[in-house]
Amino acid sequence: MKVLVAVKRVVDYKVQIRVKSDNTGVETQNVKMSVNPPDENAIEEAVKLKEQGLASETIAVSIGDEKTQDVLRTSMAMGIDRSILVKSQNPLEPLAVAKTLKKIVEKENPDLVLMGKQAIDDDSNQTGQILSALLNWPQGCFISSLKIEGNKVLISREIDEGIENLETKLPAVLTCDLRLNTPRFASLPNIMKAKKKPLDMIDIDTLEIDTSTKIKTLKVIEPPKRKAGVMVNDVKELVEKLKYEAKVI
Amino acid sequence: MEREQLEYDVVIVGAGPAGLSTAIKLKQLNSDISVCILEKGTEVGAHILSGNVFETKSLDELIPNWKELDSPVKTKVSSEEFLFLTKEKSFKVPNLFLPNALQNHNNYVISLSNFCKWLGEYAENLGVEIFPGFAASKVIYNDNDEVIGVQTGDMGLDSEKNKKENFEPGINIIGKVTVLSEGCRGHLGKEVIKKFDLNKKNKSPQQYGIGFKEVWEIKEENHEIGKVLHSVGWPLENDTYGGSFCYHAENNQIYIGYVIGLDYKNPYLSPYDEFQQFKTHPVIKKLITGGKRISYGARALIEGGLQSLPQMYMPGALIIGCNAGTLNMPKIKGSHTAMKSGIIAADVIIEHIYNNGKLSEYEKKFRNSWVYKELHQARNVKPSFQWGLIPAMIFTGIDQKIFGGRLPFTLQHRHADHEALIPARNAKKIDYPKYDGEITFDKPSSVYLSGTNHTDNQPNHLLLNDRDLSTNFTIEEYDEPAQRYCPAGVYEVELDDETQKKVLKINSQNCIHCKTCDIKEPSQNIEWVTPEGGGGPIYSGT
Repeated sequence: MKVLVAVKRVVDYKVQIRVKSDNTGVETQNVKMSVNPPDENAIEEAVKLKEQGLASETIAVSIGDEKTQDVLRTSMAMGIDRSILVKSQNPLEPLAVAKTLKKIVEKENPDLVLMGKQAIDDDSNQTGQILSALLNWPQGCFISSLKIEGNKVLISREIDEGIENLETKLPAVLTCDLRLNTPRFASLPNIMKAKKKPLDMIDIDTLEIDTSTKIKTLKVIEPPKRKAGVMVNDVKELVEKLKYEAKVI
Repeated sequence: MEREQLEYDVVIVGAGPAGLSTAIKLKQLNSDISVCILEKGTEVGAHILSGNVFETKSLDELIPNWKELDSPVKTKVSSEEFLFLTKEKSFKVPNLFLPNALQNHNNYVISLSNFCKWLGEYAENLGVEIFPGFAASKVIYNDNDEVIGVQTGDMGLDSEKNKKENFEPGINIIGKVTVLSEGCRGHLGKEVIKKFDLNKKNKSPQQYGIGFKEVWEIKEENHEIGKVLHSVGWPLENDTYGGSFCYHAENNQIYIGYVIGLDYKNPYLSPYDEFQQFKTHPVIKKLITGGKRISYGARALIEGGLQSLPQMYMPGALIIGCNAGTLNMPKIKGSHTAMKSGIIAADVIIEHIYNNGKLSEYEKKFRNSWVYKELHQARNVKPSFQWGLIPAMIFTGIDQKIFGGRLPFTLQHRHADHEALIPARNAKKIDYPKYDGEITFDKPSSVYLSGTNHTDNQPNHLLLNDRDLSTNFTIEEYDEPAQRYCPAGVYEVELDDETQKKVLKINSQNCIHCKTCDIKEPSQNIEWVTPEGGGGPIYSGT
């Protein structure tokens, strides 16, 4: 079984996001970038499948500029065998990302595609679903456990009512939740080994897909500041305030 | 435990200006030499915080064509002012009276964090291997007590030091030469200075300061790119050594900061609050009103100068930059001297590895370099401040302006910073104004801006040598100064429910790695050790 993992390079989750002063977007200059956290879970799961002897090869794929190589090196330091960078200077929308991934799937013929449930920058939560539709493969989203038995894929996903257990078949697209596993640290010797693992680069133009943007960003602004709270003396006052001032009950 | 081992010709601890300059120079001198740099920050630059008005002397030596490259050294100083502040007023000191050390017209306003990031990329292109996110936690010695390398910290331990699911043991990195360039009060540096008694020839104990920096985006009409402003005076009392800086960088950004000598006496003094209060002075308030604070950080810095500089070589290793203490205090600059100390280190190491030269040659080369000359000229400025601000300024004027730092005597520092505090009962309490949330801010919102993070459930990295000492002594005698000198709110005093006694609470996850507690704690009871690699602040643009 061949496993393809899609990885996105995003602003590190610990960085305080700042809106650019001209309101055209979020500041990414000189900002620490990292692997999208749920994608790390996808990487970890792929590496585990390889360690369990279930996966024969693991491949990471990412889309972005030259610098995006760093997240692929990190993926390989965590244990991914090789990787592909689809070079694109412009950020892509989920549909274009899914179309790109479809081309890679057609080229590499994996049996399983793993990725994070969503990226922490735009929080779209669409790419996995769109990709499964484009490929006409089954999808499992927000998975918090995975078991593969032959051709059978057993997954659990957390939903409002509890945990839903589902079964589907390979090939499939699965998107990973943070609860799926604990991603390993890339050890220093493995970081060095990863520098020698193969990293292929493909220009996005050679894939002949429509990458035009369908959404126009008018303005990016910070959310309004929260007003200071008021201390109430008793429940009665609280209820009154909720009823007559806030008008929420 | 059997640990994996990697071998290099040279192992460098810390990717700051000193360590990076060493690595670059080594590769320039011999491209075959294998060099690695360990950096505890999550990326190069993440733990770098500095003013910074940059003197390019060392950069000119190291990378002569830097102006043709796309370096972040761009904003030349356009004008400068030195102010003496009182609560409401400011008096301009004519530039004519300023010592040469404070004249900056050939220098650049930079973010040292961004500069190190750039130097890091430059070094990597030369083949230097940089490992960010890996803390060097221990020095490794051989049976002859020579330094042979360092051990990286274990990752994935819980607070009780049990292995978590993702446990990854640290490894041994062995080098023919180890270079310690951790910056001011590096914890390995502290260990080797003691072990090899590197301070034995010094007449003065090391002196430190704590420096704060905030990056602000201000209104375009208030911004004068390249302008450099320094001040002394308000809000500090006359007997406290310190002053402010305010540098206009690119993109309508300014760098506002404050440095306070850690030899202050009053345990009620809060360096953080002095800095916050400083911003309410009319001169500064006018500048930042309507602007936005985008970054905050703090870091201890060296103030001791030449008379406190330890011997910089030992068997198997060199200690350089501010880990030893090469900052030039009157100039308020340490980047160019740190870089030069690294360049010299590279020369000595190449001779050592390929031609059997001795590491002790470092001393001679350092003495014959311009850094030594610079530090020698500067040596009497800081100790003169023990007489108070005005006498010190007069003395400094005579010493620097008339004699060019060549007076035939050397003033000494009287005591170490941790010995300076007077007991709380003899000290005056200080009432600091409330934070307004516009210009002045509380510690939690400041730490938030620094991006500080430590994986939770990991061993505490701020150790108390004597667990009870703070409760039995420091709280009573000094009203626990840690709650005030810590710029990140790590230390809090709480009432224990059961015993009704005041106890010290340590929120180590807030730590921004400034090392002030390790320096100022009156009984030297707090020991700063490295947390899990990658933890700490994520500075950028600082």
